[in-house]
Amino acid sequence: MISRLINTVSRRLTGGSETHLFGIRSNLLERFSRILKRDRKAQVGLSIVAVVSLIAIFAPVIAPYDPMSQNFPVMQPPTFTGAHPLGTDSFGRDLLSRVVFGARLSLAVGLSAVAFGTLIGVPMGLYAGYYGGWVDDLLMRMVDTMWAFPALLIAILAVAIHGQSIWVPIFAIGFALIDDFARITRGEVLSIREEEYTLAAESIGMGKFKIMFEEILPNAVAPILVQYTVSTARAILTEATLSFLGIGVKITTPTWGSLLRQGRGFIQQAWWISIIPGLIIMITVLGINLFGDALRDAFDVKESGGT
Amino acid sequence: MAEPLLEVENLRTHFDTEDGRVQAVDGISFSVEHGEIFGVVGESGSGKSVTARSIMQLIESPPGVINADAIRFKGEDLLEKSPPEIREIRGGEISMIFQDPMTSLNPVMTVGEQIAEVARHHLDTSESSGFWSEMKRKYVTGASHESESWRRAIELMDMVGLPDPEQRAHEYPHQLSGGMRQRVMIAQALAGDPSLIVADEPTTALDVSVEAQILHELLELRDEFDVSVVLITHDLGVIHETCDRLAVMYAGELMEKGKTGDVFEDPKHPYTQALMKSIPQITDDREWLDVIPGSVPDLVDKPAGCPFRERCEYAFEGCTEPLVEYDVGEKHTAACHLHSDEVNKELTDRPAAPESHEGPSEQV
Repeated sequence: MISRLINTVSRRLTGGSETHLFGIRSNLLERFSRILKRDRKAQVGLSIVAVVSLIAIFAPVIAPYDPMSQNFPVMQPPTFTGAHPLGTDSFGRDLLSRVVFGARLSLAVGLSAVAFGTLIGVPMGLYAGYYGGWVDDLLMRMVDTMWAFPALLIAILAVAIHGQSIWVPIFAIGFALIDDFARITRGEVLSIREEEYTLAAESIGMGKFKIMFEEILPNAVAPILVQYTVSTARAILTEATLSFLGIGVKITTPTWGSLLRQGRGFIQQAWWISIIPGLIIMITVLGINLFGDALRDAFDVKESGGT
Repeated sequence: MAEPLLEVENLRTHFDTEDGRVQAVDGISFSVEHGEIFGVVGESGSGKSVTARSIMQLIESPPGVINADAIRFKGEDLLEKSPPEIREIRGGEISMIFQDPMTSLNPVMTVGEQIAEVARHHLDTSESSGFWSEMKRKYVTGASHESESWRRAIELMDMVGLPDPEQRAHEYPHQLSGGMRQRVMIAQALAGDPSLIVADEPTTALDVSVEAQILHELLELRDEFDVSVVLITHDLGVIHETCDRLAVMYAGELMEKGKTGDVFEDPKHPYTQALMKSIPQITDDREWLDVIPGSVPDLVDKPAGCPFRERCEYAFEGCTEPLVEYDVGEKHTAACHLHSDEVNKELTDRPAAPESHEGPSEQV
């Protein structure tokens, strides 16, 4: 069913045979739907990602209450039906509403943190790989240095400077992801720049800058996109860690990590306040990783015999 | 006669490697006239491709260094041009066709788009070829199929003999056969309306029947677009079929150059003669083909003198002198000391001058 849907969408999007979906060849969506058809893991992954994304997008519609209102009985256990299916927290807030809004924030933080890492890491990798020589050395030593800083340390630094806000985890996690993207992009570029078509591009009068972004980058999109997916899962986890430790968002902001943190003190009286957000983080991260794997398969041209 | 389109004077390209300096091209000079197909033939490693890339200045530096007295194109020295000027010339004035059509096209772009791109760069289309508009085309909207450049691409694909250009333009390189891809390469090379095409072994990766078609196409396009072609190949047959004049390269040096007919009928350089002898003839009753004994000399720290002397059956002590090109006929030169005046004088006593081989006039 899902694969048929994707097929229709891909045909709609591409108007037949040709696409320039991020410079990726047209049959990507077709191939993805083929993988979906036979691969149970991919189905599970895509379903989880789709459901969580929908929840995040439609949070105000789905959430039964305002996530901030404290008008309900305190620490009601989950009943899975009725007024508060997931119970309430220690301040009498509806946990379901908080988890739903948490999806929105956690995903947003995760995606933007990775976007930050990509926007800086990919151009770095492109320059390093294409120019080589001292440019490569300089950029990659910078990346090595960044690698030595864990996200946690950067977050503590950012909190000290900026105070708690949603930008702190985005910056801290994004910064820690730069090196991944720089390395992956560089590795791809190193092999692509030896291909004759980059020389051919030079022979038609394109400059280095244009060759990097117009000829080489489209060929490196696939692994970068896969890395993006996997990194998003990691970013969501890291965000939860940061919030749990209290160096992420403000305690009142309902990301999944801060929900966990709020339940920490009540784990013996009210397990659900921390266990439920924890489970949801786990499921989401698992789903994204499965999705990423399926995406990797879809991109893996060697397996399906094309070039 | 008007000045030649391209004049290469004393081109020397070397690469500095860990083992020493590799003198890939060692002082060659030639010129290409308007509307001419000029062949450069030689063994692997003789510096043909490096010559081609030196003209386009596509040698990666370091390790490569291009030196020349001049590389004059339409009377202007390319070596004195700034990088932006060179980029204008590449594709717009001189374009290049590469050996392997499998790897010279970008796999993630449709072939139509790859041709249209060149047109946008070099012709006056109404479309912007600025960085951001190109980025938008590649990553967001895709190429417009109504645009001038796209129409030009389809027109060119039609001219180089691709069937169904309207459909084919939407396809990716992996959907086309080798011959079709090479036609796309030719269309791409023509898209900027150049006056010179440097074709670096354009048919080596293709099978013989396709090779014949592509060469035929090149000949036709030469007349249609009024371009000159520098055709680089290791295949004497290809040269014989297509070229007006040719130059024979060996170990980075020009051994002989002249009109195709003259050189084939009466090769003056021992190397050329040996090459001709090693071509199999359809009328042959030889059991073994003639081969040239020995192998190409090491180009690292190459000694002065004729590079062929170790393998040459006419070698004498004068061969260690630096090479000079001797006129041996009308527009026909050979870089062999056997043709120097002194040697000729001496040889009038002895009749052992290099016998002109009975040139193979027919090709396999």
